[in-house]
Amino acid sequence: MFRRLVTLSLLLVVVLGVMPHHSQAQDSVTVTYFTFSAAPDHLADLDTIIAAFEAENPTINVEVESAPFADYFTLLQGDFVADDAPDVFELNYENFVSYAANDVLLDLSDSLSTDAPYYPAALGAFQYEDQQLALPESFSTVLLFYNADLFDQAGIEYPTAEWTWEDAMTAAAAIRGLGEDTWGIYSPVQFWEFYKKAGQNDCAFFNEDMTESTINAPECVQALETMLSFINEDVMPDPVEQAGVSPEELFQNGQLGMVVTGIWMFSAFAEVPFNWDVQLEPGLAHKGHHFFANGVAVAKDTEHPAEAAAWAQYLTSSETAATVRVATGWELPALDKPEYFAAYLEQTPPANRAAVFQALESPIVPPVIVRQNEMQDTVNALLEAVVNGELDPQTALDTAKDELDALVQ
Amino acid sequence: MVGEVGFRKWGWVAFFLAPSLIGLLVFVLGPILSSLGLTLFDWNLLSDPKFIKFDNFKELYHDKDFWIAFKHTLMFITYYIPSVLVTALITALLLNQRLRGVSVFRTAFFVPVVASWVVVAVIWKWIFNPRFGLLNFLLAKLGIEGPAWLFDPDTALYAIIITSVWKDTGFVAVMLLAGLQNIPETYYEAAKIDGARPWQRLRFITLPLLTPSIFFALIISLINSFQVFEQAWLMPERFARSGTTVVVEQIVNNAFRYSRMGYAATMSWVLFVVIFAITFVQIRLQKRWVNYDL
Repeated sequence: MFRRLVTLSLLLVVVLGVMPHHSQAQDSVTVTYFTFSAAPDHLADLDTIIAAFEAENPTINVEVESAPFADYFTLLQGDFVADDAPDVFELNYENFVSYAANDVLLDLSDSLSTDAPYYPAALGAFQYEDQQLALPESFSTVLLFYNADLFDQAGIEYPTAEWTWEDAMTAAAAIRGLGEDTWGIYSPVQFWEFYKKAGQNDCAFFNEDMTESTINAPECVQALETMLSFINEDVMPDPVEQAGVSPEELFQNGQLGMVVTGIWMFSAFAEVPFNWDVQLEPGLAHKGHHFFANGVAVAKDTEHPAEAAAWAQYLTSSETAATVRVATGWELPALDKPEYFAAYLEQTPPANRAAVFQALESPIVPPVIVRQNEMQDTVNALLEAVVNGELDPQTALDTAKDELDALVQ
Repeated sequence: MVGEVGFRKWGWVAFFLAPSLIGLLVFVLGPILSSLGLTLFDWNLLSDPKFIKFDNFKELYHDKDFWIAFKHTLMFITYYIPSVLVTALITALLLNQRLRGVSVFRTAFFVPVVASWVVVAVIWKWIFNPRFGLLNFLLAKLGIEGPAWLFDPDTALYAIIITSVWKDTGFVAVMLLAGLQNIPETYYEAAKIDGARPWQRLRFITLPLLTPSIFFALIISLINSFQVFEQAWLMPERFARSGTTVVVEQIVNNAFRYSRMGYAATMSWVLFVVIFAITFVQIRLQKRWVNYDL
């Protein structure tokens, strides 16, 4: 008797488990959204945006899945392999082209509202072969951060928006003179800094139709030499002198006059015991600033294209989403609406927050190819060889050209 | 009773083995065989796999990054295996003494084995730090200017080998200790009566009778060190990585960073064949030096 009871209850559990749920209204639709930028600090802020969206769209439920950035793209690829892709998901600009080229993203051109106030450059970044395959969600940039106290001690003027790297070198040398453990500047020698400084010197990694690399052009070589000059002139620590201490830590310790780093460091530097501010980055032939963007895409095979597109657009362009992002210090929305940013601009330090938006006037986007990570690793490995003194800049970039040509074949 | 012989017996055997057998087939044998098939495809996970015959093998043959990683792996093995075997043997001989509190030492030597590589890497990165580290501080006391260790592509691999030997000595020592404790005491007593000195007892009794354990430790260490990964991934600083890339790192990069599953599978199979061949040769050669007769 007891055994029959157990068997019966087990059967009941199984049957109930496989039965479809009817708890939701028949006509409501659930859209899944996969994010890395909200995890783990901004999930509650995302819930606020979702609540506002669902209030405006009572027939759509948004279900969030999140993963840390380090695991996100592996999991996303796994979902696509298993035919279980989320309806809506985040893509950073660097990965966007791979997904676009593999034809797994829905064209949002038709569903895009014409009055959505995106920055045109940001919207353009997520177009591929005349299709709008993602919507710009947020942007970030890199500026010159400087320790005003060290500038005062060295008796030199603060950086201005007109500075070139030559001006930065002069100031860095003066600050270096303050002491053995005080360094003038830190501007990393790696892929992301290099394509930007190359851009400041009118050099791109590829020709316009992306069929051939131009990374070994004289302008790129000159940009790389400028980057190396800080180590060679001993105003920037080499890897051994740095001994594992990050440039941001050096800056926080008051040992660094200037550091070229991202605006995401504002909160980390807020409590340092010295005066600091930011300025536009010095330029070479002209100014140029990073334009890092995250986008939101819809899976091509989604069962709910209209609802998914509506959520993607709300998340990226609504006033609610924008104000929540700005108020909570999440990323900045890629929208051309100065009024959304008023509260952001009032916060200090840094006093010169307006530089964040001035930087948008000279945006440089990363070179992006389908085999993106291989390109980044290739360029980074060669830059490391240059810093280690194993290769000279010209030879390294000649090698880089051959390897990048092979990657875009 | 039903099912004691013939097909019915095997039916029952299969029935009771099914839970683990199905797991083995689905999660181990299946993926192994599909990875072999994958070597003939170009597959980026997002689009359908493309059949490319032996192109992955051809590309691998010309891939200088893979062969550099292979060279680093061989260098690691060349220095790591003898070092870990010698230090483990010395440790095992010391831990085999009848001393008060020896079990405390046996536990202490095993602690690094159970420690996570992440923790070990953090500790040893500090020890090897050229400016703030313990090792170069001690070397400076002796008037020696220490190298940049994990910051220099020429020395980073040696720092990784030293750390690996430190971490694995306890593991190999336990295997050798088990072997040492299996050697009958009577052999030593007879040798002592014949006037054998400690060195002679080690040379003519201990080492020959320990060869099965040494052989086992050698095979296990060899297979593990062909698959060296965590320490090479975690320890070197960015500017020294060119001196430390190993084969498994190449596999991980191609599979999970470059989304080249077919190419990564090809690398895995080449590594498997190398490990298999070397283990096979070792097993064939063991007759020449491994002594199983007690």
